[in-house]
Amino acid sequence: MEKSEYLKLFHEMVVIRRLEERAAELYQQGKIGGFLHLYIGQEAVCTGLISARQPVDRVITAYRDHGVAISCGLSAREVMAELLGKATGCSRGKGGSMHMADVSKNFWGGHAIVGAHLPIAVGLALADAYKSQPAVTICMFGDGATNIGYFHEALNLSKVWNLPVLWVCENNQYGMGTAVERASAVSEIRQKACGYRMPNDSVNGMDIIEVRETALRVLEEIRNGSGPQLLEINTYRFRGHSMGDPERYRKPEEVRKWEENDPIGIYQRYLIEHKIATEQELDEETSRAEAEIQDAVEFAEASPEPGAEELFAHIYSEA
Amino acid sequence: MAEMTLIEAIRQAMDEELARDADVFIVGEDVGARGGVFRATQGLIEKYGAERVFDSPLAELSIVGVGIGAALYGMRPVCEIQFADFIYPAFNQIVSEAAKMCYRSNGAWTVPMVIRAPYGGGIGGGLYHSQSVEAFFTHVPGLKVVIPSNPYDAKGLLKSAIRDPNPVLFLEPKKGYRLIRGEVPEEEYLVPLGPANVSRPGSDVSVFAYGMMHYYALQAAEMVASENIAVEVVDLRTLYPVDKETILQSVRKTGKALIVHEDNLTGGYGAEVAAIIASEAFTDLDAPVRRLCGPDVPGVPFSPPMQEWFLPNAEKIAEAIRQLDRF
Ligand SMILES: Cc1ncc(C[n+]2csc(CCOP(=O)(O)OP(=O)(O)O)c2C)c(N)n1
Ligand SMILES: [Mg+2]
Repeated sequence: MEKSEYLKLFHEMVVIRRLEERAAELYQQGKIGGFLHLYIGQEAVCTGLISARQPVDRVITAYRDHGVAISCGLSAREVMAELLGKATGCSRGKGGSMHMADVSKNFWGGHAIVGAHLPIAVGLALADAYKSQPAVTICMFGDGATNIGYFHEALNLSKVWNLPVLWVCENNQYGMGTAVERASAVSEIRQKACGYRMPNDSVNGMDIIEVRETALRVLEEIRNGSGPQLLEINTYRFRGHSMGDPERYRKPEEVRKWEENDPIGIYQRYLIEHKIATEQELDEETSRAEAEIQDAVEFAEASPEPGAEELFAHIYSEA
Repeated sequence: MAEMTLIEAIRQAMDEELARDADVFIVGEDVGARGGVFRATQGLIEKYGAERVFDSPLAELSIVGVGIGAALYGMRPVCEIQFADFIYPAFNQIVSEAAKMCYRSNGAWTVPMVIRAPYGGGIGGGLYHSQSVEAFFTHVPGLKVVIPSNPYDAKGLLKSAIRDPNPVLFLEPKKGYRLIRGEVPEEEYLVPLGPANVSRPGSDVSVFAYGMMHYYALQAAEMVASENIAVEVVDLRTLYPVDKETILQSVRKTGKALIVHEDNLTGGYGAEVAAIIASEAFTDLDAPVRRLCGPDVPGVPFSPPMQEWFLPNAEKIAEAIRQLDRF
């Protein structure tokens, strides 16, 4: 990687972190309503993973989707505006936090019904295979999602039909308030792939380099016809499941322990130790990210609400 | 009498039934230590233990399916579906399994189970956390569908639902969980499944509603009272099987019917109420039956003004009442 690429990834992680922090503030001020699920702690996952994709590769994910949207190339402005339900948001305010999307960036959306997007990913990959496209569908989901039938049907189908899907489980140790081992018969999620004869791997999701390198390799294998694979990315969400989560299901010490493995801190140390960037350069990158988010907040707040006609628009396609 | 919120009344109903009958248990996503997303089951695991109040994996089909099996055995499961929007994977279990068991076995098999699910908009949940699902289920003989609108009814109806030998879908207006308060007696009582409730008598216009819309209908009735419109408000509360008699009695008295729900208009529950009135009280009508419902739009959008446009509220209901009164 070029130095500028290393810095770009760092920038992206900080943008996501600051975006989430500001979103939390705006939520507390009542400027964002509904449900808000933050990605803080998991930034290395989407940043590392999606940096490894080719533009033809599709990304589809669950509702914890702000970071994924940024990594797919959506601007902080349109993500922030969507969080505020504004007409300038990437889903024109219709979707809000959980339903970011931009197909022009090959980002096929955040999906709020857990597991429901997994069969849809199989369909995207089916069409790519049908049309002989060299594309991989990257389907991200949580550990909790592996307990619903959708997951099992989708994995099986993708294997039986030998489709180019990269299944990515973001194992952040909890599905809402339920620890993985209380909800899943195997706590190492990758083992579930074995039942479908699917190659699988697991990586440390706090280390962007490890995520990226593994994703590069696996995507290449799939593109070359390996069939679907499953990648378990071990990570942790530093905040509650959504805003207002009393977090009685985990101890503050556990959170603190994981926070010592802050993915941004790990990457920062990596860049400095390998003399890829200086502390000052990274500080500058951080300031630029902060300015970008400040601009996004101002843009979102100043943006108009959707018009009343939007309620009835696009119920059916006219095309 | 104690004043409490809708959700407190729901919690109390479960608490009392857990205490009364050792066969009652609660299952659902994060209903244990976390007490449910809306805290409906808060404190119950501490009181009754994890054998009786337990978390399931994220698997709605199985939450309901397991409930059916246990109910066939004779247990009284109370299954929580975290949001009504997530009930569809369980649709097959509810419609094809739970609702048909009694019929297929000529009464030998019963499914005394309750499925609780918060439904409806108004809390900014957006497209997939705001749905009203009642119309899909008020089409299913063998299943009962209940929607309370106030704490007194919620407690009494839920206790009846838990004791009922049939599967009951108990839909809770989540917007009202903490907003709707009311008196609940200290002593034990039940509200029977079946009868609707005339919650405000009047002579000019009948308004038929349930859940959150009933709450707004009462407000609307109050708003137009000063304009000399005497509104009769009927809380349908058990949607299926429907209480035809109370509906017909009210229309026979007022001659004018307005039906309100936040679910989409077309094919919604209001169509059934309108059909009942048209077929059995036609000659008593002084005006066409009117419906004020959510528009035929695929979901409640997230943006706050769009959510407002979607949902009926007290002002919109009052305006519909005025129009009908003038007819
Ligand atoms: C079908 C369905 N059931 C339940 C929910 C409610 N719900 C939303 S997120 C969640 C936990 C999901 O956990 P996981 O898949 O691990 O994702 P994470 O939140 O950890 O990112 C639950 C139960 C839902 N949205 N959809
Ligand atoms: Mg998780």
